[in-house]
Amino acid sequence: MKFDTPATTNPIDQLKVIGKPLDRIDGRFKTTGTARYSYERHDVVPNPAYGHVLGAAIAKGRIKSFDLAAAKSAPGVLAIVTADNAGALDKGKNNTAKLLGGPEIEHYHQAIAVVVAESFEQARAAAQLIRVDYQDDGGSFDLRAGMADAKPAKVLGGPADSAVGDFATAFAAAPVQLEQMYSTPDESHAMMEPHATTAVWDGDRLTLWTSNQMIAWGVGEVAKTLKMPKENVRLVSEYIGGGFGSKLFVRTDAILAALGARAAGRPVKLTLQRALVFNNTTHRPATVQRIRIGADKDGKITAIGHESWSGDLPGGKPDGAVSQTRQLYAGANRMTATRLAVLDLPEGNAMRAPGEASGMMALEIAVDEIAEKLAMDPIEFRILNDTQVVPDNAKEASKESQTVGSASKSELPFSQRQLVQCFQTGRDRFGWAKRNPKPGEVRDGRWLVGLGVAAAFRNNQLTKSAARVRLEQDGRIVVETDMTDIGTGSYTIIAQTAAEMMGVPIDKVVVLLGDSAFPVSAGSGGQWGGNNSTAGVYAACIKLREMIAQKLGVNSAEAAFTDGEVRTGARGVALADAARDGALSAEDGIEYGDLDKKYQQSTFGAHFVEVGVDAATAEIRVRRMLAVCAAGRILNPKTARSQVIGAMTMGVGAALMEELVVDKRRGFFVNHDLAGYEVPVHGDIPHQEVVFLDETDPMSSPMKAKGIAELGICGVAAAVANAVYNATGVRVRDYPVTLDKLIDKLPAVG
Amino acid sequence: MKPFSFERPNTPAEAAAAAARVDGAKFVAGGTNLLDLMKLQIETPTHLIDVNRLGLDKIEASSDGGLRIGALVRNSDLAADQRVRRDYAVLSRALLAGANGQLRNQSTTAGNLLQRTRCPYFYDTNQPCNKRLPGSGCSALHGFSRQLGIVGTSDACIATHPSDMAVAMRLLDATVQTVNGAGAERRIAIADFHRLPGDTPQIETTLQRGELITAVTLPKPVGGKHIYRKVRDRASFAFALISVAAIVQRDGTGRVALGGVAHKPWRVEAAEAAMPRGAKAVAEQLLAEAMPTEQNAYKRPLVERTLGAVLAEAKG
Ligand SMILES: Cc1cc2nc3c(=O)[nH]c(=O)nc-3n(C[C@H](O)[C@H](O)[C@H](O)COP(=O)(O)OP(=O)(O)OC[C@H]3O[C@@H](n4cnc5c(N)ncnc54)[C@H](O)[C@@H]3O)c2cc1C
Ligand code: SF4
Repeated sequence: MKFDTPATTNPIDQLKVIGKPLDRIDGRFKTTGTARYSYERHDVVPNPAYGHVLGAAIAKGRIKSFDLAAAKSAPGVLAIVTADNAGALDKGKNNTAKLLGGPEIEHYHQAIAVVVAESFEQARAAAQLIRVDYQDDGGSFDLRAGMADAKPAKVLGGPADSAVGDFATAFAAAPVQLEQMYSTPDESHAMMEPHATTAVWDGDRLTLWTSNQMIAWGVGEVAKTLKMPKENVRLVSEYIGGGFGSKLFVRTDAILAALGARAAGRPVKLTLQRALVFNNTTHRPATVQRIRIGADKDGKITAIGHESWSGDLPGGKPDGAVSQTRQLYAGANRMTATRLAVLDLPEGNAMRAPGEASGMMALEIAVDEIAEKLAMDPIEFRILNDTQVVPDNAKEASKESQTVGSASKSELPFSQRQLVQCFQTGRDRFGWAKRNPKPGEVRDGRWLVGLGVAAAFRNNQLTKSAARVRLEQDGRIVVETDMTDIGTGSYTIIAQTAAEMMGVPIDKVVVLLGDSAFPVSAGSGGQWGGNNSTAGVYAACIKLREMIAQKLGVNSAEAAFTDGEVRTGARGVALADAARDGALSAEDGIEYGDLDKKYQQSTFGAHFVEVGVDAATAEIRVRRMLAVCAAGRILNPKTARSQVIGAMTMGVGAALMEELVVDKRRGFFVNHDLAGYEVPVHGDIPHQEVVFLDETDPMSSPMKAKGIAELGICGVAAAVANAVYNATGVRVRDYPVTLDKLIDKLPAVG
Repeated sequence: MKPFSFERPNTPAEAAAAAARVDGAKFVAGGTNLLDLMKLQIETPTHLIDVNRLGLDKIEASSDGGLRIGALVRNSDLAADQRVRRDYAVLSRALLAGANGQLRNQSTTAGNLLQRTRCPYFYDTNQPCNKRLPGSGCSALHGFSRQLGIVGTSDACIATHPSDMAVAMRLLDATVQTVNGAGAERRIAIADFHRLPGDTPQIETTLQRGELITAVTLPKPVGGKHIYRKVRDRASFAFALISVAAIVQRDGTGRVALGGVAHKPWRVEAAEAAMPRGAKAVAEQLLAEAMPTEQNAYKRPLVERTLGAVLAEAKG
């Protein structure tokens, strides 16, 4: 189905099942331990051997020699695979470093061997017997030191440099100016389930039960890496214990499980040990950002500039921290610049809201700062600088535009933009009026109390997505698509979509996901999964409705699918009747025209945070949070809320504690376990409220929905940092905001 | 994890004898620290002696009006004991500030005293660490040291003892009771139990080979207001950046000990003498010889300010 004109009224608008806060249909499996995760597929692979990965002990250099003798003769060992005996391997196009390193080592804990043994313990013990002689070449590990040599780098969806009008002149002329540097640290996805795979070979055909967000990409990457035809690779990912982007791409676990299984002649299951997750896999790269904002005396932005530096391995990508600055606030003169330094740290890549998450951490502090300089309420300032068209729509920065001042030629309106309404709703709901704009004034016992606010912004992306829908003889509807559920609720919203479309209760719908044997979906990433995958199911259901109507001899345009019946006028026939001669199956997908070129589709929100800062110790504790979101139709307010509160929690982590600490001498992330890499615990998250504004976006899909799961994290950390400032009068611009950065600046204890 | 043999004796004497007999033997109690370290091959015992069936799991009143805590009493049970909550509240509070519920249910009194440092380099066998591999160097001294020690440190090691419970034990003048392989019993004042790193950071206590902890005893209660204040980045389930344990009497005299600053719970007599003069004076005495790194210099003002809050709370 081609979606190229705005959606009109369709069966989804009935909202009998869609839009209801239904429990997730897979919840019972998860709470009873019967959800089948990739490492636990004993149902299909009863007797696997175990793989254990050995990570490199240096950051950059070469393996001079391996001594495998002791490991080979250790009890239970079936095979050891290194680059020496793995056979020729290619590299996935989404991998920067090789998934099996050696002799060249590109980063710390890069996999250099996999040991396969009868038991997990035996594999681990044998891996610890491998002796490796390295040549350590040192490397570049310090982003700030690398900034001077950093090169322009294109960001996903944008050029390395963008410019509208004449930023330099306008900024210099602005009566009120803000110029500041900010930094965000490297962060780990730290999802609960580490990367895990069970691999089985059948001749030259490979099946991987693997924890992966993007099944079709994964098939291609496995085939490319192992130099085998795509047709011979099957990927299955029924349940995923969190991904946050770290499972968008094929990683070490999948490739080494496959190689280990081939070498051992046995099915192999393999999970990355927790200590390897931090340095072996990808992470959100650290950034240093410079923001300059010029405003006139009334608070209108006249110039806005955002530059960002990040680092990655040779051939890697930058963090897109500047992207939202091209779209969020008005202002005639603007520039952004993205620079990439070469660092020999582990590979940087996508993590929940890549780009906006780190960019908003800086931008939304900067906005708080300039509002204060203007003596304006930060919400008023944002409302004043709202825009209903994209202020920087240029594809590339033209040389002239930097000097002459030609605004973007064609206007690109937002399909929907309720940023102002988000702030207005939140302001009332949160009691913003009670905030004392003068920092450091409010005290509640031992706590210095402050309120902070920030905008949330993240684009909505359209990607084609297909599904197969079947009417069974017993009247059940079975949906098959390679869409994944990474804990987000895909199973449930897909079931709701099919139930709505086919007029059956949700318990008559069976959803099967995450198998490359199923039609290719959008997958889970970039907050595009919800809208696109359900739109694909919608398309398949439309087709199935036509088949059913035809079978029953009714006109599909006049037929209503409701209460398990197909009704035309007063006549109703049981849906199952259409399948009396056999199940009816329809396959279709959604494909998009250019509505996302004619309209900028984005999601918006406002985050409100109250913090307490201990007046003596400077410990920071969040007291309450509110997010108001405008993100198209909310397909299921319960699962959507879960996504937003989870994202808010992650934002608190980014604000207050998450940091992969770089050892700049040896080139690795030192705190590579969950005791050292702290993420929020229940005690850190006392009270969260989420409000969804009523919105449908006919430009996005027949579902009229947009993404929500990444919007929820964007801006949170800045709202926390702004609240800390309001509480204490201390402005921290280097995340995470920890007590050591405040302690010297607080008033004496008395 | 290296292969090891395992036994489960029934009396303390048997356990101690087994430990003396087998080279490389270790006791295992709750296993919450030891097993993690074995998986990483930081600890590589050849033989494990399970001490969970030695009958050392009781809390009893002692004849001198104090309390005798069996070595195997779980952290949760100790924290919940009525006598502890009433007479040694600082101990209960310190215990409850540590780890999480599941871990406290499993962790034991002796195991807690003997838990090893949380220095991240100690946990990474690819990195030099004098405590793990004597003579290999200290990665933390010029590396990531934000959490590590500021006082009583050496060039060889700046690690901290991570226990909360031990800080309260030190404040309460506890005594560690042991028995060795020959059946000889010994009483070690908690002040003498943990060592400073010096040139031998791998030797953390004054226990001798095969010596089994049977109990920790507390002298009779000293009254006063009991406070345990643990400072950390997140609200729960995190090791202390610093902690302050204090008992303050009505007249402003009392005791104070610090956690998270040294290789052992840190208590200084001269500091206690300064208590009536306020937090600054106390902190000066406690940290007179402090040599923080650039990354953990914040601990000095943090100690002073936290002490200030604790002393204010004691008055209030
Ligand atoms: C994730 C995590 C977070 C934690 N957070 C905190 C915290 O915030 N604060 C805190 O204080 N602690 C914390 N801990 C540490 C925890 O308190 C210790 O792991 C626990 O107290 C150890 O007790 P155990 O009985 O399990 O010891 P085990 O692991 O069984 O043993 C530890 C050591 O003691 C020796 N040993 C045990 N019993 C005896 C005996 N009777 N005689 C002689 N030697 C003996 C063993 O040989 C071993 O060397 C945390 C631990 C974890 C894993
Ligand atoms: S501080 Fe101690 S434990 Fe840490 S690296 Fe140095 S020697 Fe090892």
